[in-house]
Amino acid sequence: MSADFLYGIEVIINGLMAGVLYALVALGFVLIFKASGIFNYAQGVMALFAALTLVGVMEGQVPFSHLINAVFGTEIHHFGWEVPALLAILLTLCIMIAFAWAVQYFVFRHLVGQEPIILFMATIGLAYFLEGVGDLMWGSDIKTLALGLPQGGSMAVEEWTAGLGGDDFYGFFIDKLDMVATVVALLLVAGLVGFAQYTKQGRAMRAVADDHQAALSVGISLNFIWVLVWSLAGLVALVAGVMWGAKSGVQFSLSLIALKALPVLMLGGFTSIPGAIVGGLIIGVGEKLFEYTIGAPFLGGATENWFAYMLALIFLVFRPQGLFGERIIERV
Amino acid sequence: MFYREAGDFKTSYEADSQTFPIAFDRYRYWAVLAIAFLVIPFVINDYWVNAIFVPFLIYAIAAIGLNILTGYCGQVSLGTGGFMAVGAYACYKLMTGFPDVSIVIHIILAGGITAAVGAAFGLPSLRIKGFYLAVATLAAQFFLVWLFNKVSWFYNYSASGQINAPERFVAGVAVTGPNTAPWAQYMICLVFLTVCALLARNLTRGTIGRSWMAIRDMDIAAEIIGVNPLKAKLTAFAVSSFFIGISGALFFAVYLGAVEVGEAFGIQKSFLVLFMIIIGGLGSIFGSFAGAAFLVVLPVALKVIGVDWLDWPTDLVAHLQLVIVGALIMFFLIKEPHGLAQLWRVTKEKLRLWPFPY
Repeated sequence: MSADFLYGIEVIINGLMAGVLYALVALGFVLIFKASGIFNYAQGVMALFAALTLVGVMEGQVPFSHLINAVFGTEIHHFGWEVPALLAILLTLCIMIAFAWAVQYFVFRHLVGQEPIILFMATIGLAYFLEGVGDLMWGSDIKTLALGLPQGGSMAVEEWTAGLGGDDFYGFFIDKLDMVATVVALLLVAGLVGFAQYTKQGRAMRAVADDHQAALSVGISLNFIWVLVWSLAGLVALVAGVMWGAKSGVQFSLSLIALKALPVLMLGGFTSIPGAIVGGLIIGVGEKLFEYTIGAPFLGGATENWFAYMLALIFLVFRPQGLFGERIIERV
Repeated sequence: MFYREAGDFKTSYEADSQTFPIAFDRYRYWAVLAIAFLVIPFVINDYWVNAIFVPFLIYAIAAIGLNILTGYCGQVSLGTGGFMAVGAYACYKLMTGFPDVSIVIHIILAGGITAAVGAAFGLPSLRIKGFYLAVATLAAQFFLVWLFNKVSWFYNYSASGQINAPERFVAGVAVTGPNTAPWAQYMICLVFLTVCALLARNLTRGTIGRSWMAIRDMDIAAEIIGVNPLKAKLTAFAVSSFFIGISGALFFAVYLGAVEVGEAFGIQKSFLVLFMIIIGGLGSIFGSFAGAAFLVVLPVALKVIGVDWLDWPTDLVAHLQLVIVGALIMFFLIKEPHGLAQLWRVTKEKLRLWPFPY
């Protein structure tokens, strides 16, 4: 096999793994959108906030230390202990659940029945708020997430595949972290699907997604379900935040992965979990391949910024509800 | 007591169809114009112009533009930053390509070019609706910013990738470049804003504005009663982009003077202008002004309170500002989803009956 062809395959594999991460973020959107009709722009900032909190808890930082120092003139910054990773993850999860409850109780409970665009705006406000709170709590410097996840290229894969090509081919370069992320994301997706299909709460969740009033009339508490989906979205955000944070450091740009998830959603349809996964894979592979074949050689690179949107835009012109979205029926 | 609609009789068609049919509104309008044109230019200094007035005037133009598209025609757009960039770069290319032509013409032409680009990106709106469209306009945002970053023709092959506004004059007074007097900056923005606002107000009252609103309220029903959706949606995109392009050109040429596209016209700008019209009020020209004023003054006020009075570190105040802006947006949406313009309407209702509310 020629080296070019093999590099193409490598690009596709890397694209698939990036796509799984996109799908992971997109899942968080779909969960909330299906259950409450809220298009949650804050999903990316939730990932950032979760990762920041995890780092802060692990390192034993004092929350709001900058603010406290500025107001009272003190000099505190760390408690002086370190929390083991597993415990820190559990604590962070508790914080995300508390956050889910607070969001439901203070904001969206009051906005039930508003137009979707108003709800969308509220989540943008929420994103600003959460970003500010995250910075205030833990400081805005770039942090490294030391969870002990494997880093760097995998030598085993490289050696194992080196024999496929000629002398100028050294095997596939695949990041270990990407492989871990792919496995974790697949497990999480399987877990979520299982939860939605086979548990009582999961069924209640799907019932709410289908029809609010019918769900209410059989005795399902909408408030509880909404807190539940926000908590699940928090969990997804935590996992996405950990994976992306381990890859490129915990910093503001982490919240921009939410923007990356939007074309995934458009492609897959806002209301479909399989759509989010397939859309994520298509976008991941598509943008890597486009960059490799056309973007870098002919257009000067960095096409990843917009290619996904253009792909989704062109696709939508032919199929406005996305790949797996519910058919849009309009009546006067 | 003060605000009267009754007893204001019209005896001609001209009087009945004028821009402000109610006498009180008309007096207020002339009073605001008189203060803006005859008082403020003589009292403002450099700080006020750069911190408050010029950004307010420019953002007000952008907010009017976006309000036409989102508030009047119901098409949510997240591409404002990208369209402002089109205006800025078109203005730059025109200024450097045709240095003898007046900058006023350049800015208007820049608006026209942006209108064409906007209409092109508006084409998918005929197929895509709601959130799908909002996300689709992000394609415009990211693609345009990438384009201006990568294609060096747009910034005349300058090494830094920045564009710098050369010095230009209107009636012998410098309005761009480093030697511009504060009042000249203020005046050129004010003139453009006044013309744009009048244009927008009259467009939205006329046939075309009504067809936009019909599309917004329900596009299928509008189509059935004979509104052409192609024409209505594309004109909304074009007119909106025209205003946004003008504001982008002013933002670059008059306000900043030197621009790096990713920094000045990034996605944050799109959200900022969107917040302005949400907080101000969708579907209201006055709301565009109120929202722009609110979001321009708020950060300045917070900075003055936090940094200058309380002596807190700048980054802390910047974070607090995010928290406060985010909380305020949610608060506004919960308490008054129709924005500041609705508050003004309620005040007018109250004034009409005051001091005898029953």
